[in-house]
Parts: sequence; C-alpha cells; structure tokens
Amino acid sequence: MEILIQLAIILAKVIGLTFLVVLPLVPISVYFERRFSAVIQDRVGPNRVGIPLTLLGMKKDFHFFGLVQPMADGLKLFLKEDFTPVHVRKAFYWLAPALTVIPALVTVCVVPFGSPIEIGGREVELVIANLDVGPLFVFAVSSLAVYGITLAGWSSNSKYPFVGGVRSTAQMISYEIALGLSIIPVLLYYGDLNLSNIVQHQADHGWLLLPFWGHDAENPFIHKLLFLIPALIAFLIFTISIFAETNRMPFDLPECETELVGGYHTEYSSMKFAMFFMGEYAAMVIGSALIVTLFLGGWSVGFGADAWISGLAIGSFKFGGLIHLGVFLAKLVAFILFFILVRWTVPRFRYDQLMRLGWVIFFEAALINVFLAALIVAAPQFTAAITITGGIVLLAVTGALIWVLRVSEPKTLPNQGLLGSN
Amino acid sequence: MPVIKVKRPPLATGEKFYLGAVFKGFIITLRHAIDSMRGKTRGAKDLASSGLGATMQFPEQRWDDHMPEYYRGAPALVTDEQGRERCVSCQLCEFICPPKAIKIEPGEIPSDDPWAKVEKRPKEFDIDMTRCIYCGMCEEVCPEQAIYLRKDYLITGGTRAEMIHDKKKLYEIGGVRVGLVNKWNELK
Repeated sequence: MEILIQLAIILAKVIGLTFLVVLPLVPISVYFERRFSAVIQDRVGPNRVGIPLTLLGMKKDFHFFGLVQPMADGLKLFLKEDFTPVHVRKAFYWLAPALTVIPALVTVCVVPFGSPIEIGGREVELVIANLDVGPLFVFAVSSLAVYGITLAGWSSNSKYPFVGGVRSTAQMISYEIALGLSIIPVLLYYGDLNLSNIVQHQADHGWLLLPFWGHDAENPFIHKLLFLIPALIAFLIFTISIFAETNRMPFDLPECETELVGGYHTEYSSMKFAMFFMGEYAAMVIGSALIVTLFLGGWSVGFGADAWISGLAIGSFKFGGLIHLGVFLAKLVAFILFFILVRWTVPRFRYDQLMRLGWVIFFEAALINVFLAALIVAAPQFTAAITITGGIVLLAVTGALIWVLRVSEPKTLPNQGLLGSN
Repeated sequence: MPVIKVKRPPLATGEKFYLGAVFKGFIITLRHAIDSMRGKTRGAKDLASSGLGATMQFPEQRWDDHMPEYYRGAPALVTDEQGRERCVSCQLCEFICPPKAIKIEPGEIPSDDPWAKVEKRPKEFDIDMTRCIYCGMCEEVCPEQAIYLRKDYLITGGTRAEMIHDKKKLYEIGGVRVGLVNKWNELK
C-alpha cells in the first residue's frame, strides 16, 4: 500500500511538473518571444488569436492579448504535411528530433520547483528526482542534445544543415568546458551538489548574488560579500555559456537564417520541425531554471520570508510550496524575457569570434575564477600570510595569462593598399 | 594637401570588453519596449498608432484620413453634370492597360438619342480587379477624362467573378464629375 502511494506521488509529480509546468512554459515563451520582440521593434505582434465566441453566437470575440496564438501555431504544425525527402538517411533523420527534445525534458527532473508541501502529514518535495548530483546530471544529459542537432545536420544529406550541424558541434566543445568550470566556484561555496539543498541554503542565508539576509557565525556577511566577486564572474560566464548551449541569439550559428537558410532543421517539416523548436525552447526554460536555481535563489522569495511562507497551512495541508512554485515560475519567465532582450540587442558573433571567446577568454577566466573562489572560501581556515601569498600567486598567474593572450594576438597590419602588399 | 589621412582611434580598454556596449544596447532596446507599450514610440502620433508601437491596427482603425492626395485606388468611370457617360469607348485605356485588365465593348448611340452626336458609348466596360495594378495609365491616357482612380482601397470578393467590376459598378464607384470637358455641350 505504502509503495503504491509512493508510486502515485512520483507519477503525479512527473506528470504535473513536466506536462503542467514545463511544457506549457514552451508555448508561453514562444508567445513572449513574439510579443516582446514586437514591442522592442515598435510593432504590435500577434494579438488577435483568441477564443472565437462569435462562432458560438456571442457578440464579441475574446482576444485575450493573442495568448491562444501558440496553440494555433502548434495546431498548424500538426496539420502540415510531414514530408521526408528521399535523399535523407531515414533512421537518423527520424531519430534526431527526439534526441533534441528528450534531453531537454529529462533535465527537468532535478530542478527544485518549490519548497516541500505537506498533505496529511506526508511531505511531498516539489522535485521529481532529488538527486545528489543535480548540476552534473543536468550537464551530462543536456549536452546530449547536440547529438540530435549534429545527426539532423548529417542525416539531412544537404549542404546547409550539414554546416549547421558541424557548427553546433564546434560550438558545443568550445562552451561546455567554460560552462562546467564556471559553476565550480558556486559548488565550492555551497559545498553541495544537491539543487534542493542549494536553494534551501540560499533561502536561509541569502541568494548568491543578493546576500543581504540570514547572516550567522558560519556565514558572516563580509565573507558573502567577498564571494560576490567570483560569483558575479561565474554568473556572467555561466549565463553566456547557457546562451551558447541553447543556441540562442548571439550564438545561434547552427541555425542562423541569414547564412544557412534554416540551419540543421532546413529539411524538416511538420511535427519533426516542431520537436526541434520545442527542444530549443525547453532547453531555454531549463537553462534559465538552472541559472535561477544556482544564482538567484531558486524558489526563494528572499529577505527571510521563506520560512514563514513554508509554514503557511490550511488544516494539515501546507501549501507554502505552491507559492514558492509561483515565485520560481515568475523568476523563470523574467529570465526568459532577458533571453529575448539579449536576442534583439546583441548581434550574432562571427564564427571565429565565438570559438575565440570560448577557448581563449572564458576557459581561462573560469579557471582563474575557480582558484579565486577557492581562496576566498578557504581564507577563514588559513592565516592571513597564506591567503595573501595565494592572492599574489593568483595575481601573477592572471597577469601572465593576460600577457600571453596579448602576445599571441594576431597583429592586424594597417591597410597599405596594393603597394604595401607588393 | 590633397589627401587627409584620418587615423582610426584605437579601442580603449573598456571598449575592448564590449560589456558596456552590450548594456547600452539593453537600455536602448528596453527603452523602445517601454515607450512602445506606453504608446510613446517616436512618430506614433503622426502615424496615428493604436497605442502599441507605431502600428495602426486595421479593421478598427482606418487610414482614410491619412490618405495622401495622390493616392491611387480603384479605377472608376464618371458621368458629367448632365448625366451623360463621359466615356466614348475610344478604347485607348484598354490598349494602354499594362496588365490588360480593361475590356471594352463599344456600342453605338442611336440617332434619336439627345447625345447622338457623341456617336459611341461603351456597351460593356469591365475592369478585372484581380489584374489591375493601380498604375493610373488609363486615367492618364483618357482624352475624355472619363476614367479616374478613386481612393477606394478595400476591393475584396469571394470569387473571381465578384472581382470584375462591370459598367454599373464602375459608375457607382465613380459618380459625377462636373466641368472638365465641355466639347459635347450645346453652344450657349
């Protein structure tokens, strides 16, 4: 009996959190993408598609700001002809869309959506799988998405998708390292890999980027303030790497419309294309969920209000976790809006610029950041002399790295015209 | 000195980081977003925007009041002040029409008609609005000032047949135009 209830709870969490929370976020972010980009460009955007009440004999249609538009788009994709060109490698061509969607959706299971709720004395955590290797699991699984893109590019057996797939691979290897290295400082700080514990720690002792409450002997304010420096660097590198990981605008080289027609999904149509689309947006949702969880307090409201919210109850039903879920979703949507803002602000990087940024700048910066964070985390245990020596060594290494970068930079010769080249 | 060499200024350290420029860009895009949501987009007033961006939203708002003088809409036939059809079916417009949208069947005016001296009037005058490109050549070429481009721009139809404007429809759109050509009037 007990095991059946456990199973029912797990099933409810899987269905509820993936199909009622994350998947609806995909059309919502598509809607926001269209409306917000329209507003940035002084346009209106889709604001007409609503519920056609006039068909049912009512006087006025219910537009609702065009919120039904993504549904209409989805329906359109369902009804389109699912065309498979003859020149493709069928098995991989069919496999590729699934390979992009599934990793994105699998990573949902470690994201803590809210504090635990309590129903009739039974505590239910709002996370599908409370793994002790949260971020590592996310990296391990989400980097598999590149296989989908690469296979799509290769199996399409056509030029543009192939170039898109190759670009995606190269982009992935230049950013994965910086992505992984950039959160090591964060994990050093928390001393934990369990995302639920990380968020709980932030709720109790202040968010990583906003540490203004919950000071105690173990977590003194000055230490938290000092750690803001590596945290900000880590946040910057991690966020930019997530942009690259999700193929979003400044780094959308695998599918840039201006150069590669549609990129890796040029040969796809109907629901197969929609799955790429969905995978991309789901990756964006997961990426921003990860950033919010690690740096911006996850479901926590902040300012010490979380313990009070978690305690809210009607009878034996503690519903504080649902409020936290709402807060988490609000933060998520806000970050998705930031994604969109970046898309319409920063122009696309050239290919070599992107590789250079990944390999030459972010990799080194993340590496130095790891040692800086380690120095700050370990400082209370050591004498001042050791800490200062460490700082000087780190400074010397940083200086040497910058010097090497400067020296190795290719010299751009001034344009001397034809005479100069002779 | 015929040639002035302009030196390109080298990037400062702050500029090399690009982050400042990126943030400046965020401010610009955000300002556009906020302005357009408040209906304060630049030029929103001149363009009679709907209050969101610079866009006029069509079925609710019409640009009729903002139509320029030179706007070329649907071509139409006009009658003069005595109710006479101005068109004498010379067929110049039919032959000049680049997309061949106009089709005229000339007809004779019977001798007992008060306008018998005009001799010809169109029996049929069809303009296929699915072909018409609103170039205004028919208006330009007409020696009798009988065909004009009006400001009607909402020409829709459910079938191809509906999109062909016949003589009745053309006179309905055109109406009466006074003056202009007086050669057919009685001498006073």
